[in-house]
Amino acid sequence: MPTATMTPIPNTQYLDVHALRADFPILHRRVHDKPLVYLDSAASSQKPQAVLDAMERYYETTHANVHRGVHTLSEEATVQYEAARARVADFIGACCPKEVIWTRNATEAINLVAYSWGRANLRRGDRILLTEMEHHANLVPWQILAAETSVDLDFVPIADNGTLILDDPDRLLTPRTRLFAFTAMSNVLGTINPVKELTAAAHRAGALVLVDGAQSVPHMPVNVQELDIDFLAFSAHKMLGPTGIGALWGRRELLNAMPPFMGGGDMIREVHLRESTWNELPWKFEAGTPAIAEAIGFGAAVDYLDAIGMDTVHRHEQEITAYAMQKLSEVEGLKILGPGPEQRGGLVSFILGDVHPHDIAGVLDSMGIAIRAGHHCAQPLHERYGIPASARASFYIYNTEAEIDLLVAGLHKVVEFFSY
Amino acid sequence: MDLYAEEILDHYKHPRHFGHLDNPTLTYHDTNPFCGDEINLELRIEDDHVVDVAFTGQGCAISRAAASMMSEEIIGMSLDELKEWDKDNILDLLGIEVGPVRIKCALLPLKALKAAVWGLGEDDTVTR
Repeated sequence: MPTATMTPIPNTQYLDVHALRADFPILHRRVHDKPLVYLDSAASSQKPQAVLDAMERYYETTHANVHRGVHTLSEEATVQYEAARARVADFIGACCPKEVIWTRNATEAINLVAYSWGRANLRRGDRILLTEMEHHANLVPWQILAAETSVDLDFVPIADNGTLILDDPDRLLTPRTRLFAFTAMSNVLGTINPVKELTAAAHRAGALVLVDGAQSVPHMPVNVQELDIDFLAFSAHKMLGPTGIGALWGRRELLNAMPPFMGGGDMIREVHLRESTWNELPWKFEAGTPAIAEAIGFGAAVDYLDAIGMDTVHRHEQEITAYAMQKLSEVEGLKILGPGPEQRGGLVSFILGDVHPHDIAGVLDSMGIAIRAGHHCAQPLHERYGIPASARASFYIYNTEAEIDLLVAGLHKVVEFFSY
Repeated sequence: MDLYAEEILDHYKHPRHFGHLDNPTLTYHDTNPFCGDEINLELRIEDDHVVDVAFTGQGCAISRAAASMMSEEIIGMSLDELKEWDKDNILDLLGIEVGPVRIKCALLPLKALKAAVWGLGEDDTVTR
């Protein structure tokens, strides 16, 4: 019942968005009696029918616990669950599936490294380098670790244009710096960071590299071996998959040397009353019954993205973003945060005169347009720019230039509505 | 656009009692970091009754309108009466349906008022 999309939607030169939107049931619903314009994919993306079907089919035909039973259902479930891991490993260019640890989300993946690697390897006086543009997920776990281990945190500053200031890497990457953890793409500024260069600089200084890929893995080609990084954290729900599952990729030798993150079933080899030994990778880090259906849904999401091609996804978003930046800059009093379209992923955060971002989002919602408002889990970044909050429109494969036009028309209404 | 009823917009654009008192008896500062909202509430109390009120701060239309409407309403009321106030008093003043997310915006002024009249030290909750 695609009532929301009866009018033809202009496609970008890269993607047949009109055809693709038919795969996303939710895009056909109405909000406040208007067609839904979903511009909040950086918070969480919508799901294609293929992902929903994969999970439903699993529950209807195959569900049983994995790695435990010898009966048919358990074996089938295990095969599907591990096949999904192999597909995700392949998607990020990992050498092998055992380097992919399932977690609940990117946040848990980063916490896994902080709790396991951090506690086993860091000593008083060691340093961790972060950036001022990190999401709370790549900041708070290190603050907790720093408080416990007397490790010091350093921060790469941000220039006014939203890019990292890297002119003095030797000062920030000290001989005591053990880890450089940074986002591949800022969830507020949209800045795409030069992961390969940053990684090379960190490695020259003897530090390991953890990349927060929550915003990059869903939107551009990411190959962990090409980038030469050490850890990568990402979430399924931002890349067409279900909530409740994400992944940590890590180098095998690092993961092998790390102690377990959580104890329980499935992560052990032998258990005695007073001691246990650990399972091999990746299960050493996966205690308890995992999110089986979600892993299978994640696999289906990766299949969907692979069929489009991540280069195509990225080019489509860059075209939409460039168009959005041009149109948004025409709105009276609107100021865009972050760099130009050439160094930016598919999102635009902005402030609009004195209007509070919640009011911008509130009025747009009444028009069926969903954007994010607030500090987007990046409070220090907003402090850096001296603003309490911002509004953010973020794009994915199913967004069109026609939707940007609706957003801009909505913002003109917001200006009119709240003007004194 | 139910959330932005005419009266709410009027209080947002022309907030009543916006500013400072010369000689406040009670002041209270509170923030809502999730939104970046902030309120500074000042009360002049005589004989256990509110005789004047002022507020400053930044916030969305809902939180500012709530502060403005609340300020008009509480003048003349006793501290004991205000201790009995709860969220329904504010929602009645606003006269709109407020969902689970925006309710925090609507109730920030009340939170500051309650802390002030119960005599919680300002420094106890200053988070900035």
